[in-house]
Amino acid sequence: MSSPLLSVEGISKTYQPGRSFLERRSIARPSLIDVSLALDKGDILGVVGESGSGKTTLARCIAMLEHPDTGRVMLNGEDLVTMPGSRLRARRRLIQTVFQDPYASLNPRLTVGSALAEVMLVHRLETKQGVRAKVMELLAQVGLPASAFDAYPNAFSGGQRQRICIARALAAQPDILIADEPVSSLDVSIQAQVVNLLLDLRDRLGLAVLFISHDLQLIDFIAPRIIVMLAGEVVETIPDGVPIQDAKHAYTRSLLEAIPSLDHIFRAETNPTRRETR
Amino acid sequence: MTAGAEQTVARRSLLQRLLSTGTLSYRLGLLALAMIVLAAIFAPFITPYDPIALDMTSTLHPPSFVHPFGTDHLGRDVFARVLYGARIDLQIGAIGVAVPLLIGTVVGLIAGYFGGWTDAVIGRVVDVVIAFPFLVLVIAIVAMLGPGLLNLYIALTLVSWVLYARIVRGETMALKRREYVLAARNLGFSHSRIMFRHILPNTIAPAFVFGMSDFALDVQVGATLSFFGLGVQPPTPEWGLMIAESRTFLLTAPWAIIAPGAAIVVVSLVVSLIGDGLADLARGIDGR
Repeated sequence: MSSPLLSVEGISKTYQPGRSFLERRSIARPSLIDVSLALDKGDILGVVGESGSGKTTLARCIAMLEHPDTGRVMLNGEDLVTMPGSRLRARRRLIQTVFQDPYASLNPRLTVGSALAEVMLVHRLETKQGVRAKVMELLAQVGLPASAFDAYPNAFSGGQRQRICIARALAAQPDILIADEPVSSLDVSIQAQVVNLLLDLRDRLGLAVLFISHDLQLIDFIAPRIIVMLAGEVVETIPDGVPIQDAKHAYTRSLLEAIPSLDHIFRAETNPTRRETR
Repeated sequence: MTAGAEQTVARRSLLQRLLSTGTLSYRLGLLALAMIVLAAIFAPFITPYDPIALDMTSTLHPPSFVHPFGTDHLGRDVFARVLYGARIDLQIGAIGVAVPLLIGTVVGLIAGYFGGWTDAVIGRVVDVVIAFPFLVLVIAIVAMLGPGLLNLYIALTLVSWVLYARIVRGETMALKRREYVLAARNLGFSHSRIMFRHILPNTIAPAFVFGMSDFALDVQVGATLSFFGLGVQPPTPEWGLMIAESRTFLLTAPWAIIAPGAAIVVVSLVVSLIGDGLADLARGIDGR
């Protein structure tokens, strides 16, 4: 059995509260407790949980933006947690993140073209001569016009900015894309477009996607496999093929019940079964 | 090649935006500063007088068509001395801002970005320098090094870099948690690339705005030190020195003091107009 593309083994993380002298050291609640997961090429793993359940901390630990206190993050069989900084920097591009707030995710002083080109030039994925064409290709891939190249981020709406963020992540030619609540700050109509774009890219590029959301229905639509988090712990793993309605853990059940629904009105017509994502 | 071309396009558009937008007072400030700088550069074409030539036959003449601002106790034309003095005083302001701005920005960026021990050590040094009264420290350093323009620059730099460092450090710490900086780290960029390309352009505006008020302060400090005999030495035309030299004639020839005094006030005012305008623009560009 070959090892998976990404395997997270028992990572924990506690943010130490700032200690000033005079102040007594308070006891911090861990943000992440012994979380493990595995992800392979083309997989979509959904992570769901309420605010403060450690979803974002998980994303940041996997992307090595935070250093986990314990555990291993194995990418292609190499542990990123213990890897020295210079080697880690070269590996970083393989795990890319699309962040929650599209308005804070783009440097306001870089044009879209130069922000995308920078990624490929730094990692020598493209030559200076070829980079412009490659950026245009990426823009087309995420559904942005070529005129976006010379524009600054302030010229774009939230949904468009999220497309730029996705294009920037793709510029690094990653194996894994972490989508940390990528659509929760967008309008519902735009959400669908961005989600479909992510699914489409997964299909075309064979990316592994870790999709984080607090929206159970959205996660259910996107991800065949789902992990449910509460207070930093994985409380339930819903494997492929099991409808989310069959979840057993009390917390997942309470999340399901909290979904506003019109079922009691249209009970006769609707038959809530999980949709296929492929 | 392409990246370089893009950068110049971006920079030019920023410069164009700086010149073409802004409030009326900001534009008036820019226009006035441009005129003052031009007047200082082209002083020999504006006035026929030599600012250091003595003329003992016409001492302490009041303002007239021959001498618009009058003459001082050595018969030197005050208007010529004010014009030529702008060269020195603008230079004190410019160098007194540029060098500390450069040093303070780099140090503040490093402290804010790396945090931890680096920040703790730099923070303590900054606290110590800020603890001393500004002017007292400048005078002490110049008195120690000896009078002269170069020593004045050294003193101004030693004292005021900490103010820029503190501003940039605070901005950097706030930006470090921003998602585009996280994205830059996530993309595997080097620390220096993240600091200088992704954080610096977004933190420099407040330091620049502060620099404008510091410019006025430096001109005043330069004048003060010259007044005490610690800065520019006679017979060089410098506004503070002119005031010091003419102070004994305050009652008989007030024009010899009013003209350089007014010049200091005007330059300070013009520069703070520009500073206010820049602050407005910085808010607008950032969209914060």
